[in-house]
Amino acid sequence: MIKLVTAVIKPHMLEPVKEGLRGVGVKGITVTEVKGFGRQGGHTETYRGAEYAVDLIPKLKVEVICSVDDADLVMRTIRKCAHTGKIGDGKVWIVDVERLMRVRTGEMGEEAT
Amino acid sequence: MKLVLGGAVATGLVVFAPEAASAQEVAVSAEDVQKNLDNVFVLVAAVLVIFMQAGFALVEAGLTRAKSVANIMMKNLMDFCAGALAFFAVGFAIAFGAQGNDFFGSGGWFLGDGAFQYGTLTMPVTFLFQVAFAATAATIVSGAMAERTKFKSYFLYSIVISALIYPVVVHWNWGGGWLAKLSTPFHDFAGSSMVHMTGGVAALMGALVLGPRLGKYGPDGKPRAIPAHNIPYAVLGTFILLIGWYGFNPGSELAADDAIGGIAVTTTLAAAAGAIVAMLVIWMKTGKPDVAMTANGLLAGLVGITAGTAAVSNVGAVVIGALAGLIVVAAVLFFDRIHIDDPVGAISVHGVCGAFGTICVGLFATEDSDFWKQGLFYGGGADQLLSQVIGVVAIAAFVAVTAGLLFLVIRSTVGLRVSQEEELAGLDVLEHGAPGYGPAVTPVVAPTPIPDSEGAAPVVAGAGS
Repeated sequence: MIKLVTAVIKPHMLEPVKEGLRGVGVKGITVTEVKGFGRQGGHTETYRGAEYAVDLIPKLKVEVICSVDDADLVMRTIRKCAHTGKIGDGKVWIVDVERLMRVRTGEMGEEAT
Repeated sequence: MKLVLGGAVATGLVVFAPEAASAQEVAVSAEDVQKNLDNVFVLVAAVLVIFMQAGFALVEAGLTRAKSVANIMMKNLMDFCAGALAFFAVGFAIAFGAQGNDFFGSGGWFLGDGAFQYGTLTMPVTFLFQVAFAATAATIVSGAMAERTKFKSYFLYSIVISALIYPVVVHWNWGGGWLAKLSTPFHDFAGSSMVHMTGGVAALMGALVLGPRLGKYGPDGKPRAIPAHNIPYAVLGTFILLIGWYGFNPGSELAADDAIGGIAVTTTLAAAAGAIVAMLVIWMKTGKPDVAMTANGLLAGLVGITAGTAAVSNVGAVVIGALAGLIVVAAVLFFDRIHIDDPVGAISVHGVCGAFGTICVGLFATEDSDFWKQGLFYGGGADQLLSQVIGVVAIAAFVAVTAGLLFLVIRSTVGLRVSQEEELAGLDVLEHGAPGYGPAVTPVVAPTPIPDSEGAAPVVAGAGS
C-alpha cells in the first residue's frame, strides 16, 4: 500500500522540513511553488499610499510518496519541522496512491517508492 | 569667470613650453582653450542628459506591470528617436531661430543657415545639448500614460511635443521671447518649468483624456494600489536620473567655469533632502517607508532645484528639496484620489514640483545677478516672484491647451486607448508581438520516445495519418 503525503507550508520552512524528512529516511520529495489563502484570508499592504489586498499568499507544496508504514511518521515530521505556532503554518494530508511506477526502470508499487 | 580658468592653462603653456610655442608660432590663446573647454564640457553634459533616457525607461518600467514592460521600453526608445528628428527638423528653429517674434522662433530649419549657437559653443554642441532637453520633456509623459495607450498614438504625440509644443515654450525664455523680456525677466536656469513642468502638464492632459487603468479604482471609487513589478529597476533608474542631472543642471551653465561645482552641490543636496522627506512623510502616513515613493521624492528634489540651482544657497537647496519631497507625496495621493491615474507619479514629480521649483527662484535667490533678482526671503521684494508666477501660469496654460487638444484629436482619429481585452492581457504581445520577458521555451523537435519494455504500441502511433 502506497501513500502520498502532501503538505502546504510557509516558504521559509522548507529547509527544516527537508532536513527533518532526510533525517527519518525519506529518499525523495517534490516541491512546488503555490499560492493560496486559508482561514487568515490574506491581508492588506500599502504601495505609494494606496492599499491593496494580498489574498493569495505564496506557499510551498511538499509531496512525499512512501509506504503506508512510514506515512504517519512523515506527516508528524513535517508538522514538527514546519511548525511556528503562528497563523498560516499550513496543512498536511495523506491520500492513497492507486498505482506507482518508476519511469526509468518500470518498477511498480513498493519497489518504486 | 572664464578668464580665471583660461588664464591658468595659458600660464602653464608659457612656463613649460616657451620655445616650442614660439618656434612653431602656435598661437593658442586663453580664449581658444576656454572655448574648447566649454564645448567639451557641454558635450559631455549633453551625453549625461541623454543618459537620463535610460533612467526614465527603468523607472517607468519598474513602477508598472510586467505584462506591458516591452511597451513602456518601446515608448521610451521611440520618444527619444522621434523627438531627436523632430527637434532637428523644426523644433530647434522654433525654439531658438532669430527671425521669429516673441512667441515663435524661425530660421535655421534642419540646422541650416542661421541655426542658433550659444556664446562660445559651436552650433552642433548647442543643438545636441538642447535636443537632449527636448527628449527629456517628451519622455516624461510615457509613464503617466502607461499600460493603456496605443503605441502609434503615443508615437504621434512624441513627434508633436518635440516639434511644436516644447520648442514654443523654450522660445519664450531661453530663445529670447516674451518671458525673457519682462521688466524682471523670468528665470528658469535648467528647466524646472520649460522642461519638467511642460512634460508634467502634458502628462496630466494625457492621463486625463485616457482615464484610469482598469482595476485602479474599486466599485466604491477608492483608489487601489497596482504595485510595481520591479523595484530594483525603479531605483536603478532613479540613480541614473540623478547622475544625468549632473549634466542637466551644471551643463546648463553652458560654459566650463567656476559656477558648475556650486550648481552640482545644490543639485545633490536638494535630491537628498527630497528623498528623505518623502520617505518620512509616507512612513508616517502608511507606517512603512515606501520605496517607490522615496524614489519619487529624490526626483522631486531634483526637479525642484533645477530652476534655482545657480541662484540659491546650499541651505536654500535643502529647503527646496525638502519641500518638494513633501509636495510630491501630497500630490501623488491627491491625483490618486481625484481619479487621475499616473502609475509612476510623473505629474506630481515633474508637473507640480516643476512649478514649485520655478516659483522658488523668486523666494530663495540669495542676491541680484545679471539673470535674476534677489528673492523675497532674502529681502529682494516680489519682482522676481511675480515674473516666476507669470511664467509658470503661462507655460502651464499653453501646454495644457495644446497637449489637451493634441490628445483629444488623437483620440477622435486614430484612437488613444487600447481595447479592454488588450489592456487586461497586457500591451506587449498585442502591440509589439512578443512579451517583454520572453515566451515560454517551446521545443521545435520532440525527443524520440524510449521503446516500451512491455511491448505495448506507442500511444501516439498512427496520429496524423
